[in-house]
Parts: sequence; structure tokens; C-alpha cells
Amino acid sequence: MRQTKQRVLPVMLSPVKRICEERFQLRAWHGLALATIALLASIPVLAQTDPTRASIFDVLVRWMPLLLEGFVFNIIISISAMGIGTIAGAALGLGQISLNKWVRKPAWLITQFFRNAPWLVLLFFAMFLLPFEIHIGSLTIPLPDWLKAMVGLSLPVMANVSEIVRGAVVSLPSGQWEAAESLAFSRTQTLWQIILPQCIKRMLPPWMNLYSILTMATVLASVVGVSEVMTLTGQALAAEGGRSDLLLPFYSFVLLLFFVYCYPIARWTVHMEKKFAVIN
Amino acid sequence: MSWSDDQPMVSIKDLHKSFGDLEVLQGVSLDVMKGEVICIIGPSGSGKSTLIRCINALNDIQQGSIMVEGQEVNDPHLNKLELRKKVGMVFQQYNLFPHKTALQNIMMAPLSVLKSDPVEVEELARRLIKKVRLEGKEESYPGELSGGQQQRVAIARSLAMNPDVMLFDEVTAALDPETVNEVLSTIKDLAHDGMTCLLVTHEMGFAREVADHIYFTDRGVIVEHGPPAIFFDNAKDPRTVEFLGQILS
Repeated sequence: MRQTKQRVLPVMLSPVKRICEERFQLRAWHGLALATIALLASIPVLAQTDPTRASIFDVLVRWMPLLLEGFVFNIIISISAMGIGTIAGAALGLGQISLNKWVRKPAWLITQFFRNAPWLVLLFFAMFLLPFEIHIGSLTIPLPDWLKAMVGLSLPVMANVSEIVRGAVVSLPSGQWEAAESLAFSRTQTLWQIILPQCIKRMLPPWMNLYSILTMATVLASVVGVSEVMTLTGQALAAEGGRSDLLLPFYSFVLLLFFVYCYPIARWTVHMEKKFAVIN
Repeated sequence: MSWSDDQPMVSIKDLHKSFGDLEVLQGVSLDVMKGEVICIIGPSGSGKSTLIRCINALNDIQQGSIMVEGQEVNDPHLNKLELRKKVGMVFQQYNLFPHKTALQNIMMAPLSVLKSDPVEVEELARRLIKKVRLEGKEESYPGELSGGQQQRVAIARSLAMNPDVMLFDEVTAALDPETVNEVLSTIKDLAHDGMTCLLVTHEMGFAREVADHIYFTDRGVIVEHGPPAIFFDNAKDPRTVEFLGQILS
């Protein structure tokens, strides 16, 4: 009996196992393990220290409440700067797509300027250009350092949000504008009822990414003297007599704080990006 | 406001339109009477889409005049919104608003632009959905509808504004052959109801059956025009004959 050998077309073969599944991928526990190892690595140093000096772990635990307070301050600065920057940036972004060139060109200029300036320099500008108190009539309002830092950090956020908004609006197919025009919608109606609702989804992932970057940038405020976590860590270390064996544990702890806060946000951003993946 | 029957509803005279250095329309003239169905056919790049996009002021014109119900479209002081309430347009790519359901797509313009009563608008929208044979799809989003269904929603959306003239820009070109007929029969119904329609189309069968007048454009000019009976069987210009030969073979 003749056996006809069935020809197997390449497309019928089982798919090659995805290479990326076998490749090493960073996971959350890697980061946690790294930070923990950094902390634990400092323990062997204990063996060489003076037994009359307090153990590293005790010192860290003693200063932890203060450092946590400082970190909460970082978060507050980041949320406020993000809030101010988003509102200002959204307005600027809409200005960039205005039909009026006296609105469009200045908006573009402001965006480009603050986007291409180092964040620390903008922070310095805010600190030194804003007055330390403002007088409204008979009222004198002091402007504390952290407020000026907030304003300073909101400037690059504003510029980046402006670009995010403009980019999202421009990425929509022109057919949407044409359809709206053909239905006699005014430009304002088109923007608010048709264009911007569709843009929100597109803006969310880059906006959350920006927040993550901003949070990590809040430590820049320590350079200008704001009492946030980096400043307080420096002060705590100084209070402990400048022990060199405390440096690694303390800064590892700060690293851990930021990691524990920022990594979930980063994961959530990836989840959002997948959920709102734009298929054009 | 009804337009008188003896004046052309749309009157285009010596229209010139350029995109930069490229002159796409080189002196086009045509008249559309109320209730007529006009089909514009021609090879790609001949200016057909540009022509009808000029009628509702989506494209500006360099020279010539377009009168829609007595209103000059080329007038710099033209109120474009008022013009577009009278002229509806359906696009090749449907251009439905993806974040709204089919019913909402249809209701949006009468509510926001005409500021009509919401109850009446919803009634009108449901009637239009029934008219384009899409009952049951009111709460579907455009992403859940097939191409032919989306196009019919797009037609209903334009009809909701109660226009006097409807423009169709190659509305079946992006559809597969089975769904083309769904859309064409919807347009046929519209035509029989007395709507003034201008279609840019490649559907010769439809043109022969429904059109009152056919215009053939090539390289920015109208080469030949006439009623379907004369146009398809007794075309005179060699370019027309060649084009029809290619299309109808």
C-alpha cells in the first residue's frame, strides 16, 4: 500500500516558542531584593565597628520616622507640582493648537523653553526670582521654600503636559475634524465634544510616566534647601557624627522608599498602556 | 426654507482650485437642480473629491464661484456653519465618533448645533436608524459595527441635520462588495424621497440606474456630461470612451 507523504506547509508547524519568554526579565522582587541586599551588605561592616557605638539597624530605626515624614513631603511636592503643571500645561497645549497666531506662537515658545531647560536650573530660577513674601494690600503672605520648589518643578511639568496634549490632539485622524466641520460644529464644540474626549486615553500613559519622573526629581529640592527626604537624611547622618558606615544603609533606605512608591506606578502605567493601546 | 424649483440648488461656475503649485481643478462648471441626483466619475487624481469638498467649504477655492441656494461659498464673510447646516457630507472613511454610540453619533449635531429639543432629537434619531435599516444597533459603538453599518450610521448622522443637499465622497470605496449594496440601496431610497444628491462614485450600475446626470472629470476639467442613457451608450469624447471601456469591461 502506498503511503502518500503529506506535505507540511511551514505555516502549519507549531509556532516557535517566543524567545522573549526565555530571556531574563526584571521583576518587582528583583528590585526589592537589590535594595535589601544593599541594606544587608552594610551589616558585615558592623563587625568592624566600635561595640560602644549604636548598631546601624538601631540608628536607622531611630531616624526612620523623620525620614518617612520627609518622604511624605516629597510626595506632597510631587502631587502639587503635577497638579499645577497639568492645569497650566493643558491650557498651554490648547494654546499651541489655537488658530490665532498671537496665542499659538507664544504658547509654542514657552513650551519649548521650559521643556529644554534643566529642571534644577528652573528650580533655582523659581527659588530666586520669586519673592520670599508677597504683599496684597495690608496682607503679607510669606512664600515658604517648599512652595517655591513646587512652582519651580511645575514649570517643566507644564511644558511636558503641553506637548502631551498637543501630541494627542494632532494624533487624531483629520477625518474626525472634517466630519465635525461638515456637521456644522464650531471649532470649540469640536474640540470639547469630539476631539478632547478621544485624547484623554492617549494622554494618560505619557502623563503617568511624567509623574513618575517628577517624583524622582523632587529630591532636587534638597539642593535648594527644602526639608525633604534627602536633606533630612543628610542632617541625620551629620547628627550621628558623620559615621561612614551609616551612609550606605541610609541612602539605600531612601532608594527603597522611592522604589516602593514609583514601581507600582510604573507597572500601572504599563497596564494602562496595554489597555488603551491605540490601534489606528 | 424651501428652494424654488427653477433655480439651480448648487451652481458652480469656472471653479479653479490649486494645492500649492498643483492645479487640481481647472475651470469646472456644473448646475444641480433641486431633487436631482448627480454622479461624478473619473480616474483618480481628476479632482472629483476636491470638487465636492469645495461645495461645503472644506477646501477653499482660488477662482470661480460656487452658489449653494443663492449663497456664495467663496465669500470671505460666509458663515460656514450656516452653509454646513444645509449641505451634508458622507465620507469614504465614515469618520464616526468612536467614543459615542450610533444613536449618540446621530443625535450630537442636532443637539449641539441646532439646539433642538432632546426628546424630539432622540425620536428623529431612532426614526433615521430605522430608515437606514439598523434597528437594534442604536447602542452599539462604531467599533462594534461592520463597515457597511458604520457608513449607514454616517448617512443617518448627516440626515439628522435635515440638509437640502447631500454630498457623497466615494462612500462605498472602502467597503467589501457584499456591503456595497446595503449602502447603495440606502442612497437610492434617499434619492427617491427627493433629496438632492451629489455622488462621487465608481459604481456605474448605480449611476446608470439612479442618476439624473453624469459628469466625467479628467485632469481637473469636465470632459463630458449627460443623462445616463446618452452618457453610457453614446459617449463622444475619446477620453470618456476609453475610461468607460476600462471601467465597464
